[in-house]
Amino acid sequence: MSILIYAENWEGKVKKNIYEITSYAKELAKKENLNIIAVSTGDVEENELSTLSEYGINKILIGPSMMKADSKVIASFLETIVEEYNISLCVFADSYSSKMITARLAVKINASLINNVVELPITQNPFKVKRKTFSGKAFEIREANRDKVILTISQNAFGIQKNPIECEIEKVNYTNSINNISVIKTEKSSGKINLSEAEIIVSAGRGLKGPENWNIVEELAEVLNAATACSKPVSDSGWRPHSEHVGQTGKTVAPNLYIAIGISGAIQHLAGVNSSKTMVVINTDSEAPFFKAADYGIVGDAFEVLPKLTEAIRNFKS
Amino acid sequence: MKILVCISSVPDTTSKINFVENSTKLDTTGIQFVINPYDEFGLTKAMILKEASQGEVTVITVGDVNVDPVMRKALAIGADKAVRINTKPVDSFSVANEIAMYIKNNPFDLIIGGRESIDYNGGAVPGMIAEILNLPFINACIDLQINGEKAEVTREIEGGKEIVSIDSPLVIGGQKGLVHEDQLRIPNMRGIMTARTKPLEVIEPNSTESYTSTYKFEKPEEKASCKIVDSNNINELIELLSNEAKVI
Ligand SMILES: Cc1cc2nc3c(=O)[nH]c(=O)nc-3n(C[C@H](O)[C@H](O)[C@H](O)COP(=O)(O)OP(=O)(O)OC[C@H]3O[C@@H](n4cnc5c(N)ncnc54)[C@H](O)[C@@H]3O)c2cc1C
Ligand SMILES: Nc1ncnc2c1ncn2[C@@H]1O[C@H](COP(=O)(O)O)[C@@H](O)[C@H]1O
Repeated sequence: MSILIYAENWEGKVKKNIYEITSYAKELAKKENLNIIAVSTGDVEENELSTLSEYGINKILIGPSMMKADSKVIASFLETIVEEYNISLCVFADSYSSKMITARLAVKINASLINNVVELPITQNPFKVKRKTFSGKAFEIREANRDKVILTISQNAFGIQKNPIECEIEKVNYTNSINNISVIKTEKSSGKINLSEAEIIVSAGRGLKGPENWNIVEELAEVLNAATACSKPVSDSGWRPHSEHVGQTGKTVAPNLYIAIGISGAIQHLAGVNSSKTMVVINTDSEAPFFKAADYGIVGDAFEVLPKLTEAIRNFKS
Repeated sequence: MKILVCISSVPDTTSKINFVENSTKLDTTGIQFVINPYDEFGLTKAMILKEASQGEVTVITVGDVNVDPVMRKALAIGADKAVRINTKPVDSFSVANEIAMYIKNNPFDLIIGGRESIDYNGGAVPGMIAEILNLPFINACIDLQINGEKAEVTREIEGGKEIVSIDSPLVIGGQKGLVHEDQLRIPNMRGIMTARTKPLEVIEPNSTESYTSTYKFEKPEEKASCKIVDSNNINELIELLSNEAKVI
C-alpha cells in the first residue's frame, strides 16, 4: 500500500503547500511503513522535482500535460494510479483545481473525502482527523468510513520537514478520450504576490478613508514582501480590486502574519482570516472588535503609525 | 432553459457557533438560518438567465422540515418550484447522491451550486453531483454565459482568472461575481405572497450511505488577550513579531 500526493504544479513550479502535504504524508508513511508516490502532470521543471524528492517521496510519476479546468481528465488519470499502486490514502493541498478533482475522485474510487484538515489523524483505524468548519469558528473531528481516504490539508497547517531518500522519477502515459473543454483566455493579476499563498498579508479597511491613501499600505507590504488585501466595503466601493476582498464572502486566507489596518473586525471579515498564525491590528478605536481576535495591537492612527512601522521594518531588515 | 439551484440552509453569518449533545450537534438556539451566501448569488444568476430565456428555476435542498422557511424565501425571491429531500445531511457524498438521483429523473440544462457552504465548508457537493451524472463542472465560477450547447465560464484561479468554453449541460459552483451584489434580490411582499402558493415538494430520500460522519465538534481555544504596543514604541512590535511570534 502507498500514499498518493498530488503534486500540482503551476507553470512547471511546485509551491510551498506541496512540501507541506508531502511532509504530512511522510509523517503518516513513517508510522505505517508506507511508500509515498507523488503525481504531477505536464512539464514540471527538473530542479523542482529534485527539491520535491528531498521530502521523502519514493516515486514521482509525471503524466502528460492536462488542462487544470478539466477536473474530469485529471481525476480519471489519478484513478488509474490509485488502482495500479493500491493507494489507500490520497493527500491534496488546497487549491482551486484540487477542490474540483477531489470531489470527482472521491466518487470514482468510493473514498471518504475530508477537507480543511489541520492535524495528523487522531486514529487511523477508524480514520479520524480534525478539520476546520463553520468558516473557522469551530473544528470538527471527522470520521471516515470507507477503506480509501482523500484528505485536503489546510494551507500553513503543517510544518515542512526534509526527509531525503532515494527517489525514482517515471513518466507515465495517459490518453484521455474526450475533450469538451478549452481555455479561451487566462488573466493574471499583475506581478503582485498572490493572496492565497502569501506568507504575510497587509490588509486595510474603511479606516483608510479613500483609495488615494493606499500608498502607505503598499509601502508597508513592500518592505514585508507581503500581499495586500482589503475588507469588503473597500472593494465594494471600488477603492481596491475585488480580488483583494477577504472574508466570508471573499477569499479565505491563512498567512503567517495578517496585519489589519483600519478594519473593525466584523465577524464576517474575521471568518476569512481567523486561521492566520499571528494577527496584528492597527486601529484608532481601542474598542474595535478586532482587538479581541488579534495577538498584537496598536491603538493609533494609521496615517501616523504606518509610515513609522514601515521605516522600523526597513531598519530591522537591513 | 431549465435550471436547478442547490440551496444549503446555513446559520446567518453573524451567528455564534456552539454545540450540544456532547459536542456532536450544533446548538441551533437563537440561530437564524439563511440561504448560503454563495447559493444566493447562484439563485440570482438563475433568475437572470430565466428571465432572458423564458426558463424555469427549481431550487432543491437536502434537509429536514426546519429548512422549509429558507426554501420559501428562495421561492419568494423568484424560484418557480422547490424540492426538499427529507433527510438531515450527513456528508457531501450523501447530499450529492440524493440530488443527483433527482436530476436523473428530472433533467436540467444547468445545475448551480455554491463554491462552498459556510457551515460545512466542504466545497464538494457540486463536483460530486457532476461526477455522479458524468457532467462537466467548473468551481469558483465568477461569470457564466450559456449559448446553446456551449457555455462560457469564468473561474477564479490562483492569482487571476480563466475563461473556458465547456459543454452544456453543466454543473457550476458559484460565488460572488457570478452576479453583482447589488443585483441580489430581497423578497418583496408580492413575492412572499406568491411563494405561499408555489409548490414545495417533499420527497423521501433513497437513504444513501454516507462516506464520512461527524465524530465530535470543538471550539477553538480562546485566544490569549491581545498585547497592546504603544504607538511611540514601534520597535517593541518588531521585537515581538520577530522573537516571540517568529513571523518576520
Ligand atoms: C452576509 C455578509 C457578508 C459579509 N462578508 C464580508 C467579507 O467577506 N469581508 C468583509 O470584510 N466584510 C464582510 N461583511 C461586512 C462586515 O460586516 C463589515 O461591515 C466590514 O467588514 C467592515 O469593513 P471595515 O472594517 O473596513 O469598515 P468599518 O467597520 O467601517 O471599520 C473601519 C475601522 O477603521 C477604524 N479607523 C478609522 N479611522 C482610522 C484611522 N485613521 N486609523 C486606523 N483606524 C481607523 C475605525 O475605528 C473602524 O474600526 C459582510 C457582511 C454581511 C452582512
Ligand atoms: N444540504 C444541501 N442541500 C442542497 N444543496 C447543498 C446542501 N449542502 C450543500 N449544498 C450545495 O453544495 C454547495 C457546496 O456545499 P459544501 O460542499 O457543503 O461546501 C452549496 O453551496 C450548495 O449549493
